[in-house]
Amino acid sequence: MEIIYLLIPISLVLLGVIVWILLWAVKDGQYDDLEGPAHRILMDEDRVVEPQKNSRRGDAG
Amino acid sequence: MKSAIAKRDVHQDSVETDVVSVVTDSRDCFHCGLPVPSDLDLYVNIDGVDQPMCCHGCQAVVEAIIASGHENFYRVRTEVSPTGQGLVPEFLQATEVYDVPEIQGQFVHSLGADMREASLILEGITCAACIWLNEQYIAGLPGVTDVRVNYATQRALVRWDETRIKLSKILQSIQKIGYRALPYNPDQQQELHRQQRRLQLRRLAVAGLFGMQVMMISISLYAGAWSGMEASFEEFFRWLSLGLTLPVMLYSATPFFISAGRDLARRQVGMDVPVSLAIGIAFASSAWATINGQGEIYFDSVVMFVFFLSASRYFENMARQRCAASVEQLAQSLPVVTTLLATDGGTEESVAAATLAIGDRVLVRPGETVPADGEIIAGFSALDESLLNGESIPLDKNVGDRLLGGSINVTNPLQMEVKSVGADTVMAEIQRTIERAQAEKPPLARLADRVAARFISFVLLIVVSVAVFWWQHDAERWFEIALAVLIVSCPCALSLATPTAISASLGRLQSAGLLVKRGSALESLNRVTHVVFDKTGTLTRGRPRLERVICSQEYDRGQCLQIAAALEQHSEHPLARVLVQEAGMLEKRKLAQVTSTAGGGICASIDDEDYFIGNANYIASHSSAEIPAQWLEEIGADAVTTVVLARADRVVAMFTFVDELREDAKTLITHLQSLGKSVILMTGDGDAAARQVAELTGIPDYRAQMSPHSKMEAVQALQQESAVVLMVGDGVNDAPVLSTADVSIAMGGASSLAKTSADIVLTANHLPAIAQAMVVAARTQRNIYQNMGWALMYNFGAIPAAAMGLIAPWLAAIGMSVSSLLVVLNALRLTR
Repeated sequence: MEIIYLLIPISLVLLGVIVWILLWAVKDGQYDDLEGPAHRILMDEDRVVEPQKNSRRGDAG
Repeated sequence: MKSAIAKRDVHQDSVETDVVSVVTDSRDCFHCGLPVPSDLDLYVNIDGVDQPMCCHGCQAVVEAIIASGHENFYRVRTEVSPTGQGLVPEFLQATEVYDVPEIQGQFVHSLGADMREASLILEGITCAACIWLNEQYIAGLPGVTDVRVNYATQRALVRWDETRIKLSKILQSIQKIGYRALPYNPDQQQELHRQQRRLQLRRLAVAGLFGMQVMMISISLYAGAWSGMEASFEEFFRWLSLGLTLPVMLYSATPFFISAGRDLARRQVGMDVPVSLAIGIAFASSAWATINGQGEIYFDSVVMFVFFLSASRYFENMARQRCAASVEQLAQSLPVVTTLLATDGGTEESVAAATLAIGDRVLVRPGETVPADGEIIAGFSALDESLLNGESIPLDKNVGDRLLGGSINVTNPLQMEVKSVGADTVMAEIQRTIERAQAEKPPLARLADRVAARFISFVLLIVVSVAVFWWQHDAERWFEIALAVLIVSCPCALSLATPTAISASLGRLQSAGLLVKRGSALESLNRVTHVVFDKTGTLTRGRPRLERVICSQEYDRGQCLQIAAALEQHSEHPLARVLVQEAGMLEKRKLAQVTSTAGGGICASIDDEDYFIGNANYIASHSSAEIPAQWLEEIGADAVTTVVLARADRVVAMFTFVDELREDAKTLITHLQSLGKSVILMTGDGDAAARQVAELTGIPDYRAQMSPHSKMEAVQALQQESAVVLMVGDGVNDAPVLSTADVSIAMGGASSLAKTSADIVLTANHLPAIAQAMVVAARTQRNIYQNMGWALMYNFGAIPAAAMGLIAPWLAAIGMSVSSLLVVLNALRLTR
């Protein structure tokens, strides 16, 4: 079980890296706009199938 | 005969906010959805199909979009785009002023030698695809290094290389694809909000990540306590927990301690007092136990508590900040650039409005917005102050009269002297009022806060008595039990009940196309008994369409339109715009001696012949001509909106206009009636027009020919009969009625959000969303009661159990967290 004295420090180093990445991401503004990327990923394709939502909205509107 | 000049309509907004279904009619403009004038043949080939265009503005925009390789925009957009009709070369010129270093100073940040950065407000965004298009397009401009558009706030952050592209070029390029961009200076308030949000998120992340580790170790410790564990491992794990909890205590939990300290300094007990006590005491005793090597540790309870509380604070804060963004848009209605006159009255110079000082002389052209409060020193004009006081009819002002910043100059150029600027203006005062209204908490949340505050004093009292009692009876367990009571009794669930439900509903309504400006509006919406509708622009499209042209024998339709359009070019009136648009590409006639009468009509001479155009009263007072009785018969008794064109001695033509009913108006009315609401139609239009709309939509109660004032009185009369009134209007013209009603909904886009006094703005051009809002409001109210009921039940059930020593502190922490989580999850049901 002495391996735990090695494994836990490793997990702590990992934790440190994760925390650093997260703090960097927040500082960089990655979390400022949570809505945008969801749309962007759909539209950046060269050809996109029109989302289902559009046609329904169009009929009602 | 009805007056043709019914209202000075929302001519400013209609350009950006008239949004109809994206599935456009074959004769509607493919780009903006406006009807195509019947004699205009303008097409653009998109993906191999010729699509109709309503004007050259739209054509230019579409061609610019296709040329840049972004025709994909038309496949993914969900709303039609702002029309290109308003694209004017003057604006293109005005952007050049942004290249002047003194003016740039306010908006542009320098990043190194040639790199510049600025925030831009984008106008005319109707759906997510617009944002995508702008982002792609701006990023493709040579010299632009980075663009990021925020979907929620519709602001763009642009970085560019000053040596390769100028800011004015970027602004003009955006203009070319049919949007308007203005640089703005993010005020300190907003910057503060952003930093606060990021700090909260960092604290939350730290609490979560370290919390996970602590929980993992705690589970090993519990397992070890159950099945035996080597003492050295146990010791190591306990020290590890202490080490991992330390960052959470020092970083994530600080806001609770600071706020508790503030509360105590003011001799109040807020929610943070018991929270800080629980965290502080639990941590201190656990740390002591670790150092001494004996006694219980509660690090798991501490981190869990901090994490869940931080999470709920973060979500609450997000909901509040979303509302704050709308206020800024009011500041936007002041022009950024204005024309400064040298004191001798000679030279003109474009300067930033923000640099104006008291005593400056400014030239305000027709159609421009007054840049600051001041006094007229030369000129005479009509001013539209609807933005400031809801007065829909432009007021005539003369030398010496007061001008308000934010009002719109309608007829003639004016010279003004600036009397007050910045925070002293009427506009700034209005802005402060809106901010105050938005900061106001809904009554239910206030009640919850009051209950929670009393509850906390009560809890602290109980904790002390429980501690004293157990100290005397079982000295070993007193600490553990008192701690359990302290943790279990945290009234977080109670305080979370209302804000979570309301922010969930606001999010839901926002995606349905309703922007709620005040959370308390939802509560009033739920109690509504009567729904009052305005007609023009609300149940109807508010966009007149030329129906018929009746000509006298010596003129044909084309000639009539040609003359009318030539005259009406000089008018800003919505009907005039329709005539000009309808005449389209017909050759314009040369005019001389144009005189216009506000609210009446225009007179000018063409080929030495005087022509008059305007409403029937104007014609009657300016020419001896009479409208043939036969024409009046022909258009029927249903008084439709008309414009008459006449010469000095005879009437030349009569134009009739119709305002189409929105196709979903009837659906909405039927739905509202099935919800048991009384529906009333109030309109400034004539009886016949009102009756027609009422019959078509199935509204039993209609009132015609009402002035804004009499509408207000009618609403007050209803309220005196203890009715709760929801007013639905077009926003700008109805401001007094909207503020009288208990709740109000205004039609219009997000850009006119702050310009109306309404509680809710309908951003999607989809009327049934209003009925949906009422259903959501009812569900929200039910949800709040469920949440409060559950929170009270939990607190009153768990405290006695904890006081009796039946609940261990870690169990108490789980109980507290689960009760809060249940409240949040219950509220999240509203988003579906």
